[in-house]
Amino acid sequence: MGKDWVQYEDGRNACCDSLPRMASAELSAVKPGVLPGGLAGLSLSRRKFLEAAALPCLASCAFAPAARGAGFPASPPAAEKDSRFIVEAKFYEKLPYRKIKCKLCPRECVIDDRERGYCGVRENRGGKYYSLVHSRVCTAHVDPIEKKPLFHFRPGTLAFSVATAGCNVNCKMCQNWEISQVRPEQVPSNYLPPRDLAALARQYDCVSIAYTYSEPVIFYEYVQDGAEAGRANGVRNVIITGGYIQQEPLKEWCKAVDAIKVDLKAFSEKFYKEVVNGELKPVLETLVTIREQGTWTEIVYLVIPTLNDGDQEFRALAKWVKSNLGPDVPVHFTRFHPEYLLTNLPPTPIESLERAKGIADAEGLHYVYIGNVPGHPAESTYCPRCRRVIIERLGYIIKQTHMKKGRCGYCQQVIPGVWA
Amino acid sequence: MPRHKEFVDRIAHAPNRRGFLRTLAAAAATLGGRRLSAGVPVPVPLNVKTQGKSRVVIARDAGLRGSGSSVDSGRLVKLLDRAMQSFCGCDSPLEAWTRLVRPGEVVGLKVNCLAGRGASTSVQLVELISERLQQAGIKDIVIWDRLNSDLESAGFRLGSKQRGIRYIGNDSAGYEEQLSIYGSAGSLVSKTLTRTCDAVINLPVLKDHGIAGVTLALKNAFGAIHNPNKYHLSVGDPYIADVNMLPPIRQKTRLTICDGTTAQYEGGPSYMPQWSWPFNGLLVAQDPVALDFVGWKLIEDERARRGMKSLEALGRKPSYIATAADARHRLGSNDPSLIERMEV
Ligand code: SF4
Repeated sequence: MGKDWVQYEDGRNACCDSLPRMASAELSAVKPGVLPGGLAGLSLSRRKFLEAAALPCLASCAFAPAARGAGFPASPPAAEKDSRFIVEAKFYEKLPYRKIKCKLCPRECVIDDRERGYCGVRENRGGKYYSLVHSRVCTAHVDPIEKKPLFHFRPGTLAFSVATAGCNVNCKMCQNWEISQVRPEQVPSNYLPPRDLAALARQYDCVSIAYTYSEPVIFYEYVQDGAEAGRANGVRNVIITGGYIQQEPLKEWCKAVDAIKVDLKAFSEKFYKEVVNGELKPVLETLVTIREQGTWTEIVYLVIPTLNDGDQEFRALAKWVKSNLGPDVPVHFTRFHPEYLLTNLPPTPIESLERAKGIADAEGLHYVYIGNVPGHPAESTYCPRCRRVIIERLGYIIKQTHMKKGRCGYCQQVIPGVWA
Repeated sequence: MPRHKEFVDRIAHAPNRRGFLRTLAAAAATLGGRRLSAGVPVPVPLNVKTQGKSRVVIARDAGLRGSGSSVDSGRLVKLLDRAMQSFCGCDSPLEAWTRLVRPGEVVGLKVNCLAGRGASTSVQLVELISERLQQAGIKDIVIWDRLNSDLESAGFRLGSKQRGIRYIGNDSAGYEEQLSIYGSAGSLVSKTLTRTCDAVINLPVLKDHGIAGVTLALKNAFGAIHNPNKYHLSVGDPYIADVNMLPPIRQKTRLTICDGTTAQYEGGPSYMPQWSWPFNGLLVAQDPVALDFVGWKLIEDERARRGMKSLEALGRKPSYIATAADARHRLGSNDPSLIERMEV
């Protein structure tokens, strides 16, 4: 295997979908010559990006507010008390003395009047609980679906990707902490109601809307309404999540969207407690439920040196996936880069990722990928029967495919996923 | 809200160790964003210790409300003066205040306003403290908390023109671009604290807290950071202690005056009149841990008097107070034998 991996200049953690430091279409400009021909299929989008940047409304959406050194959108930030963003939360319980208990995620915050939950985007107002981030989009991009990463979901298509501020965990390695670990009024946002979201997705030739970057659980109501509007306009919907959600809202999600990618951050409760500020068990339950509900899912596991990179942990993970979800659920082992509160660790050695893949392959998983190492052969999809490359990738580029109607183009093996 | 005034210029990198140390060094070399010119002495901390003990003054006046229900301003100023003189061991209130601050400094009053009227730092008390500070030569006083709307809901009139007094919510001042990190805490600190104020007087309220047990001097530091919602796990332990270790908070806080005119022993931090009681007092200390320890006991005593379970029995013993005193933090003392509790 050659060592001339293509390095993105920003080398982000592809655990949660990384917030681009430049518009995705601009990624082709990184290390000219290394990604020959630019990002296939995105030239049109690139032009549209540039057009969009000239429009007052979309200018702020087209570039990440957190793009370092890039400055901030031209349009003014939304007023803090803008009632357009405030909707009553769907899952909560009223308690005596104007307190409430949130039932959206397993944290079950009990919140006094005038206070907010752990995620910082839901507020008790006089004993009623409200989301403050409906349609309050702080970042929007057109990304290749491979960047989520979803490798078995309409490869080579674009996803109109949106996020609001806030998150229900606090991962020490978060690459998007500038939006995930802040309150909605601490980051400039734009009003993007569901119907406009769906219309923009169509306008930018996006097959899907991706709810991503921060944590869609905490902008749950917007995801539901956006997905409904998307479907009504012929646009698919995908969720990129840490999977820390209660069962009832999760089941509604499964009905509303077409794929859910889950960031499984480790396979130990200790890691979840110390590094994530969450719990592993509910995330595993999430994965099982998604499978039971028949919604397409893929797993990303960010491999962090010394913290979650042991052979035993990889093996336990692979065994669990095989016996609880089946061998066909894709697992992406991705490369860590020092970020946020974990700046004292080095980037993941490629060998660790290959070791993880080797163990998962040996345990019988069919689709094990290595991510955030552009140019690595394990970015491509191989037929589990004839072992030939059926989708060849370079970074986010699909170089060639040998698939027909969801089957291997060579041996006709059915390849699970959403292909049409 | 002025465009991009708040947070939008925080294109922040989590600093690497070297960057972080550089930031610390810069912070240490600069006070309030303005370098002190050579020859201007930095005010000596009061350092009130009697035989190695941290002094906590509990000043009370049973007649603070006269025959009515509202606090009598004339009596409150006397109570404040008595508390400050006792704490500093001075003969006059002015002497006490001039030992605390120096003319030319910008002094911040960190109030606690989340609960609105009833369970926030009282406007009356803040006005009296401001008056005394002005008499001590302070020409720029900044009354601050997290949000302008919180300040307003507690009764502060942001639009009012008072000479030498400004009101600043963090939402209008914004936060630093670099993360400050200590232990479990990684936060952006309010620019009001880092850039505007030379010194801060911490003005919490004597009250119960549904998660942290009590909210007093240490917990009030949550109003100086961008992400307090992340630190309400496990009774706020060790988060509250760790946040207080962040250099700007630790270095600039000169004194705590805890407002116990009306205190609350249950149902906090929201205002619950059925669980409030007229404590009619103030707590003064430089050691925030000692003050929290004493304040916590006062709340427990009141709970016991009313036949309520202790905070420990309810699973919300404020263990962060002990953490703040431990060898790693050394923010003060929670050992009763090292606290001089002075009731006046
Ligand atoms: S969604 Fe937010 S408020 Fe609700 S339980 Fe989770 S962290 Fe708490």
